[in-house]
Amino acid sequence: MGQLAAIYRKELQHYFQSMTAYVMIGGFLALSGYFFFSVFRYYNYLSYQAGRQPYIGETLNLIEGVMRPLMGNMSVVLLFVLPLLTMRLFAEEKKQGTFELLLTYPLSDFAAVMGKYLAALTVFAVMIAGTLLYPAMLAIFSNPEPGPVVTSYLGLFLMGTSFIAMGIFFSSLTTSQIVAGAATFGVSLFFLVIGWAAPFAGPTVGKIIAQSSLLDHYDSFSKGVISLPDVTYYVFLTAFFLFMTLRSLESSHGRS
Amino acid sequence: MIQVENLTKRYGATIGVTNLDFRVEKGEVLGFLGPNGAGKTTTMKMLTCYLSPTSGTAKVCGFDILDQSMEVRKRIGYLPERNPLYGDMTVHGYLDFVARVKGVKPSARRGEIDRAIERCGLEEVPRRTIGKLSKGYQQRVGIAQATLNDPEILILDEPTLGLDPKQIIDIRRLIRNLGGEKTVILSSHILPEVSQVCNRVIIINRGELVAADTPENLRSRLATSSIVRVALRDEGDVLARAERILAKIDGVVAIREKPREHGMGAFMVDCAPARDIREEIARSLVAEGLPLLELHREELSLEEIFLQLVTEEVS
Ligand SMILES: Nc1ncnc2c1ncn2[C@@H]1O[C@H](COP(=O)(O)OP(=O)(O)OP(=O)(O)O)[C@@H](O)[C@H]1O
Ligand SMILES: [Mg+2]
Repeated sequence: MGQLAAIYRKELQHYFQSMTAYVMIGGFLALSGYFFFSVFRYYNYLSYQAGRQPYIGETLNLIEGVMRPLMGNMSVVLLFVLPLLTMRLFAEEKKQGTFELLLTYPLSDFAAVMGKYLAALTVFAVMIAGTLLYPAMLAIFSNPEPGPVVTSYLGLFLMGTSFIAMGIFFSSLTTSQIVAGAATFGVSLFFLVIGWAAPFAGPTVGKIIAQSSLLDHYDSFSKGVISLPDVTYYVFLTAFFLFMTLRSLESSHGRS
Repeated sequence: MIQVENLTKRYGATIGVTNLDFRVEKGEVLGFLGPNGAGKTTTMKMLTCYLSPTSGTAKVCGFDILDQSMEVRKRIGYLPERNPLYGDMTVHGYLDFVARVKGVKPSARRGEIDRAIERCGLEEVPRRTIGKLSKGYQQRVGIAQATLNDPEILILDEPTLGLDPKQIIDIRRLIRNLGGEKTVILSSHILPEVSQVCNRVIIINRGELVAADTPENLRSRLATSSIVRVALRDEGDVLARAERILAKIDGVVAIREKPREHGMGAFMVDCAPARDIREEIARSLVAEGLPLLELHREELSLEEIFLQLVTEEVS
């Protein structure tokens, strides 16, 4: 436990001392802030229209009109940001040779992987916690339903856990940060858009495809529903990639 | 402390080491000697549980390197060949991290770190960034991290590689001091270094163990099995006849012909241990009427012993 904490501490220190964390959190907040204000302005415009054409007003609410598009945009930004957060974790150690030294310490592979994973997760959590500012602002001026806000954040967090697990796995496969980052980006993009293919595939395959899409599983969260299959999907994906990372370490040293 | 049995490592078709067998006793400073690509690093990586052997095993403090790697790793401090460090950390920050990762108890951590800093002469630089230290100081940091948590065994892969002469002297002194309390294995391809620092030497070449002994014994063992240089005038079939005669003399182990120059040809004659056959060589050659020019017994430096062992192995 102490050893896991040691790895966690070192990685977190690196994130903040190397400015990586500040740049990413700052960048993410700036982008999501931009999205928030553009979505909000559009919503205002619609509200103004609704004053004259009441039928628009029937479908208008803050969750559907502001929060859902905002969270959708944020999940796409995460697709770009999270690979940057995870690509260094093992690739750099492998390149510098410190990986070899790390593996000869009396440290379990599990502690090494989880320490790094949790450090990236922490930075990510701080990142999305910062964006809670926007629903908070909505709450000051209006009263959005709290339920869907909470669940959509939970969904975003779960989606992030899978992206990060994927990222750490690719980082453990290579000595190049760029390769690790690009692979993570490519594969998570694939998981995001695979749902688009579902309507064109046959009924069975289409169903399987829809079931593997990261976005489709996010849908229910953004509507205020926590559904077990969707939670399971993200947890499974995360566990799968963390397990694969452990296997990748194991195959590099071959001991039990 | 360490028992190595039939240890073999292959990298696909390339051979790392084959059938290594040796033991290291408590408190020994063992030198691992061999030319580039001999398999020194490969052996060390297996002993530190970073690589798994293709076949064979090794036991460290009675624990198997494959099945009980955690116990082995608790007892070993390792300095890898390239001395990988986190360049952006401070010396103290890095040692603190290593102490935590090695599982040093929080109450003992401060003392452990201070001791490592003192032992490795890092008192003046604990707050400096590692990446900005001189190579010699970085090497000390590498050794300091190896000594944290007081491991019984230190494995140092080319600890003086790339240092200037003064730094080399400092690091050797440091290793000698560590040798008093710990079992140390260090690799090198510099012979004087090994004979200065180590009380036993293992020579490997192309993945095979060639010799294992104290530096003194190695020297005397090979010095008594001396080499005699025989030079003759190079005319007609003199050299061919001389070689036939030499080969018949009792006590001659091997004959190597040197390149001919200045109208002179020479043989290096390896003689059986503890026998002086110079007189017999002279008599036999002269009796046949061959133009003997020089007869000289070569004294071997450790370097030549090393070369001899290694080239014998190749031929
Ligand atoms: N990862 C690897 N993949 C393939 N072959 C390797 C690998 N590591 C080492 N070898 C090969 O194994 C042999 C032994 O290498 P090793 O690094 O153990 O030698 P060494 O004695 O440490 O040499 P040096 O003095 O140059 O450090 C060499 O032929 C080398 O090419
Ligand atoms: Mg080497």
